[in-house]
Parts: sequence; C-alpha cells; structure tokens
Amino acid sequence: MLKIAIPMMEVINVDKSFGSGEKQVKVLSQATFHVKKGEIVTLFGKSGCGKSTLLNILGGFEKADKGSIRHNGEPVLKPTKTCVMLFQQINLLPWRSVLKNVELGLEGEKLKPKEKWARVMDALKLVGLENSLDKFPHELSGGMQQRVAIARALAIQPDVILMDEPFAALDSFNRYNLQQELLRIQKKKNTTIVLVTHDIDEAVYLSDRVIIMSSHPGRIQKEITITQMKPRSRTHADFQYFRRKILDEFQLSTELIAPEYNI
Amino acid sequence: MKKLMNFAIGMAILVFIWQAVIWIGDYQEALLPSPLSVGNAIIDLIVDGIIFVHLQVSLGRFAAGYLMAAIPAILLGMFLGRSPKIWQLIDPIVQVLRPVAPVAWSPFIVLWFGIGNMPAIAIIFIAAFFPVLLSTVAGVKKINPSYLKIAENLEIRNWELMYKFIFPAAFPAVVSGLRLALGTAWIFLVAGEMIGAQSGLGFLIVDSRNTLNLDYVLAGIIFIGVCGFLLDRLISLLERWVGKQYGITA
Ligand SMILES: Nc1ncnc2c1ncn2[C@@H]1O[C@H](COP(=O)(O)OP(=O)(O)O)[C@@H](O)[C@H]1O
Ligand SMILES: [Mg+2]
Repeated sequence: MLKIAIPMMEVINVDKSFGSGEKQVKVLSQATFHVKKGEIVTLFGKSGCGKSTLLNILGGFEKADKGSIRHNGEPVLKPTKTCVMLFQQINLLPWRSVLKNVELGLEGEKLKPKEKWARVMDALKLVGLENSLDKFPHELSGGMQQRVAIARALAIQPDVILMDEPFAALDSFNRYNLQQELLRIQKKKNTTIVLVTHDIDEAVYLSDRVIIMSSHPGRIQKEITITQMKPRSRTHADFQYFRRKILDEFQLSTELIAPEYNI
Repeated sequence: MKKLMNFAIGMAILVFIWQAVIWIGDYQEALLPSPLSVGNAIIDLIVDGIIFVHLQVSLGRFAAGYLMAAIPAILLGMFLGRSPKIWQLIDPIVQVLRPVAPVAWSPFIVLWFGIGNMPAIAIIFIAAFFPVLLSTVAGVKKINPSYLKIAENLEIRNWELMYKFIFPAAFPAVVSGLRLALGTAWIFLVAGEMIGAQSGLGFLIVDSRNTLNLDYVLAGIIFIGVCGFLLDRLISLLERWVGKQYGITA
C-alpha cells in the first residue's frame, strides 16, 4: 500500500486581521508552510511582521480568519498539550518552585508517581537544573528560567514545541549557550521545534529550514534550507554564506516593496 | 527595635498631651479621666481578669463573623471575577450596598437574630464581606493573561484552574482585601456589641458608661485600639509568610 507522509504541522493559506472597520489591519496574508517531524523550522522576519501571530495560530491560541492549520492531518481548533508553547515573556508560575513548574504539565496525566518523577527529573537533567528543584523563579537568572520552561515542555513529551523568541532577553553568552543546549537536547529527543526569531544568527545556527517573512501584511517570502552540518560553527564560511543569503533576501524585499508605498 | 522605640515615644507624647489638656483646661475626672486613673482601671481589669473574658468573647465573635464573610467572599469573588457578564449585573448591587454602614442594618439584625452573639457577628460579617469580595474580583480580573495562556496550553481547566492559577495569581489582591476588611470589621465590632450584647469589649464600654465609670470607658477604648493594631500586625506577618510560600514577595 502506498503510504503518504503527512507533515506534522501544516499551515495552508492563512489570513489574519486585527481590529475592525477602518482600523482593521491585515497582519497575515496567504501564509503557507509545513513542518516535518524532527525538524527545527524558524519563522524569521522583522519585528511586527506577524511572526508571533502566526505561531499563536499554529498553537491554536488565535483563530485564523481564513485558511487551515493541521496537526498530523487533524485541524487545530484550540491549544493542546501535544503542541507546547514557550511564550515571549512569561512562562513560569512565580508561586511554584522549579520542580512544581516542571510537574505542572504532568499533573493531569494518568501516570504512576514513579514514572512522573522519572520524566520530570529526566527533563530537568537535560537542561542542567536537577540541583535547583526547590528554587523559585525569582531566584533564577533569565537563562535558567528559560531552561525551566524548556524542561516543562520536554517533560510533557509533546509532538511539537513552539518557541517565541525564547532567548531574546538573554545576554549573548547565555544565548549561545542555550542555543547549543537546545540543539543537543533536540538531537537526543528528536523533538520537532518551530521557532520565532528576529536574530539572524539564531536562525542560521538552529534551523533546518528558515521561513522568511515580509511585513505589512506578513507573507511568506521565501524558504531557505540550511544544509550546513550541525553543530555549526558561527565563523565557518558556510554559516556566513547562509547568513548573507538571508540578508540579501531582506534588502531585495525592501526594494521591491518600497514602490508600493509611493502610490 | 527602632520601631518599638518610636512606638513608645509616640505613646509617651500622647499621654503627655492628654495630661497637659487636663492641667490646662482643669477638667474634672467625670468629664475627662486622667491617664493615671485610666492606668489604674487598666490594671484593675487585667488583675481581676475581667478584660480577658470580654476580650475572648469579642475575639470569638470577630473570628466567626470575619471568617464567615471572608471565605465565601473569596470563593464568590473568584467566580465573579471570571464571569464578567454576571459581574456586570452584580456590580451595581454591590456598589449600592457597600456604602451603607453595617450598623444601619441593626434594626433588621435584632429582628432576625435577636440579641446575644449574633448581632455583633452579623455586623462584622457585613463589614468584612464587601472589601474582600471587591478586591478579589479586581485581582482576578487583573490576572496576567500569560498565565491563562499557559493553563490553556496545558489543558488545565475548571476547579484545577481556580486553585492552581486563579487563586495564587490573585492572591496579593485577596490579601490586601483581607487586611482592609480586618480593619473595618474590627472598627464595627464595638458597634455590633453595643446592640444587645451582654459581654465583649463593646459591652464593657456601654456598661461602664451606664455606671458613669469613664476611666473604664477609656481603658476599653485603649484595649480595642491595641488589639486592632496587633491584629493588623498579625495579618501582615501571615501575608509575608504565605507570600514566601508562593515565592511572590522575596
Ligand atoms: N491582539 C492584537 N490586536 C491588535 N493588533 C495586534 C494584536 N496582536 C498583534 N497585533 C499587531 O499585529 C502585528 C504583528 O504582530 P506580531 O505577530 O506580534 O509581530 P512579531 O511577532 O513579528 O513582532 C503588529 O503590528 C501588532 O501590532
Ligand atoms: Mg513577536
């Protein structure tokens, strides 16, 4: 029998506007892309181009005006645990310890306590926080807080992890460090990740594919597959090649779009 | 320690002004008792243990009225804060009832509950209920939507959502309401006990007035003030302790 591979996530012809009447602004137009199992796909574009909106639609947090979103072929109607989001700002509950924050996603599951513990500890070890179980979020650095959020997502064992600029608030040392860790974990668990960023280095360093978005309204301008072997050296010629390829895309896009504004 | 020092100095100044007023105005004991006679009254009340009987009764009524108000007000507030449509209907009712001084209800309270413990408890209930309800509703409405998005994502709903997210997130607002209510309710305790009670700090004041023992009236007032102050300290300690459990206040 012929087996057709369905992509894990599919976004087809999605339109989205905010506001109504005169104030209506079209944020996304005809957005189409897919994500395969085990891939890291990055949505890349300028601030305000609709990356977060598209990610929120993918996770079921927002409704698309038009088009469809499918997860393993099924329509996405609301957020579920199979598709865990790391938000741009707040991910942790300040009134819960590290351990309790990671356990949060498993509390509703019918798991044996032993199994639950194993999953939580496994996730915490992966992010290197197995010795900070009783700390509260306000006692942790920004990088450590993001590690806790990643651990919670991993413990749930979702199909996909969605990340909205997860490392944007960190200094560059912490950021490089966590990007490296993320790749290591992703490789080990074969996690599927959809990542939003406006940091070109982050996009090239992490992605299997970069989906480049243009602004006003957000459209998918181009997909670039990064063929450089992982782990990638940021100073390698290949890295610079892909970096330039993406940058070119932007200069080109501003030149093409600019005349439209002059009408 | 410094706070205690300031407290002592403040009290000393108050007593001095009080005594000075008596010297300058040449008031009689029957009009304004002197600090010395009030001090004696306080010692009397403590030595023969009468004050502790009244205090115990008052605190018992206070605890009953306060808890009967606070717990339903928090639960109701969490529910109403999550149901903006229903709250829009309830809010005007609350706004009309809230400015009514609890004592204004006393004719009905006596009619419905008779005399004894109930009038005081009912008045404390009315005094405590609205501050807790209103600040809980406000706290729940102000919860950061990010927390609710996390709950949505992790499929945490209903009852679980209430106690894992809504209550802790609204907790600082709930506590400030509890604290406000504690102060207000304590103020109305005396009023409550002036309606048909035969014991308690409020009764002590009414009874002393009837027997023209103004030094005992002032002694009663001092006990009420000090207890109110201590209760407020107590709840702020509780606030800090629970806050620490939740990792809210460092
Ligand atoms: N809930 C909303 N209501 C109105 N406008 C919104 C809303 N969310 C986003 N927008 C607008 O949509 C555009 C895209 O936003 P966003 O998806 O957050 O961009 P990005 O993540 O790429 O920076 C912005 O212009 C923003 O102001
Ligand atoms: Mg964004």
